[in-house]
Amino acid sequence: MIKEKSNIKTILAVVVALAIVIYSAIGIDYSGLSTFSTAMAKDVFVGLLKPDWSFVYDGSGEDLLSLLLLTIEIAFLGTCIGVILAFPVSLLSARKLWNSLPIVSKIGKIFCDILRAVPELVYAIIFVKVVGPGPFAGALAIGVHQIGMLGKLFAEEMENTDDKVAESMNSVGAGFWQTLFYARFPQVMPLYSSLALNYFEIAVRSAVTLGLVGAGGIGAPLVFAIQARNWSTVSIILLGVIITVFLIDIMAGIIRKRLR
Amino acid sequence: MMKLKDTVHFDWYKKLFLVVILLLCFIVSSSATDADITEFFSNSKQISNFLGKFLKPDFSYIPQIIDPLIMTLKMSVFGTALGVVFAVPIAFLGTEVVTNNKVLTACIRFVLNIIRTIPNLLLAALAVAVIGIGEFTGVVTIAIFTFGIVAQLVYEAIETIDFSPIESCVAVGANRIQIAFWAILPQVISQIAGYIFYALEINVRASTVLGYVGAGGIGVMLNSSLALLQYGRVSVIILMILITVTIVDFISESIRRRLV
Repeated sequence: MIKEKSNIKTILAVVVALAIVIYSAIGIDYSGLSTFSTAMAKDVFVGLLKPDWSFVYDGSGEDLLSLLLLTIEIAFLGTCIGVILAFPVSLLSARKLWNSLPIVSKIGKIFCDILRAVPELVYAIIFVKVVGPGPFAGALAIGVHQIGMLGKLFAEEMENTDDKVAESMNSVGAGFWQTLFYARFPQVMPLYSSLALNYFEIAVRSAVTLGLVGAGGIGAPLVFAIQARNWSTVSIILLGVIITVFLIDIMAGIIRKRLR
Repeated sequence: MMKLKDTVHFDWYKKLFLVVILLLCFIVSSSATDADITEFFSNSKQISNFLGKFLKPDFSYIPQIIDPLIMTLKMSVFGTALGVVFAVPIAFLGTEVVTNNKVLTACIRFVLNIIRTIPNLLLAALAVAVIGIGEFTGVVTIAIFTFGIVAQLVYEAIETIDFSPIESCVAVGANRIQIAFWAILPQVISQIAGYIFYALEINVRASTVLGYVGAGGIGVMLNSSLALLQYGRVSVIILMILITVTIVDFISESIRRRLV
């Protein structure tokens, strides 16, 4: 390894970057900070260190464990909706399957891009209006957002499949659907399931936040507790969320290893 | 290459078992979330109402959202910079290559893991409660979030470096700080620069919704337009966010490609 001499270009780049950072830092409105007091911050930390253990389970269905379970169920249902609907969308947007009619795959891709562009939170707000506040709205929001995500990723995997198998099948007289089912799907299935698992992990995190807008799960009680400055409840809910996300990530990791 | 064993005719009972389990999970979660697809269609008037307004973007609103958009960008830039400033030294402490201390490394990685499990909208909600409503709160949220990702990426990068410069430094009697500066930092500096831009891309995306909980930027406008049912404005905001994100992605990608 040779120590490179720093040239004018790097120095210039660093100076420009620093200038942009300083410009941004100056441009921000700090007036909100005036309400901040150290006593309040101390209050928060003392409260966070004393989790309210009575909230963990009280059998009412409004306790931490049942709400966490509901959050996972929202994420699962959302991912199911996403995966099931992303499947046909990915068939439409995979260029390889539409050699004679490339316009179809273009339309499919644009459709995915549009679905992806809208933030999940906006979907949640809309679905709360459509099906009423509750966990189903959250599941729908996650599902619709994931159609865009998974549709694109599924299509990319489909485009990366090995053509040789499909071609050899074609040469002995197999039709489009036969090559799809016996040559292409078996190749992409492990990748699809790995992606679905990945998006289930992401969905659990989303399901937690979607409660903010009334889409069910653990998010709503968390926000209420934050607004009421009930820090010991906030603490136990955060603890529950962290442990849940942790466990799900570990489980998904184990399953993913077995998929390979 | 695909093998005959990869086709559906083998191990079908295992796959059937898996499908049955997934189906059971699906049924359990759809009953737990009160999923009722008829509700979706009976209220489809809401959706057509929404789509009708959404597909007529109110372009006259654009001048009003330019400033908040720029503010969102400033928040992301400053937040990313703050996060990186804290992340790099902590990342150096987070690997045994630098510290030679298992306990310290384990502690730091544990804290980083916890930070990464908290969804960023929740982080924002917490920050709003502690610091108060305002743009600086958004900056703090982005900084914490960036800290979590960049620190992990950097310590992972450190673990893949060439160890011979470290050995030569040790041989001539350098202490740990000198080793970190002269043997490790030069090897990872360009990777760190790449991660900064990667984090910036993620942050610009994330910061657009932070305003929803009162953390400043374009999210505030998104929130108020949604609350006032002005979906024409919502679609313009989403469109502008999309354009901004695309531009930032493009710039940062071209810079990253030069760095490599």
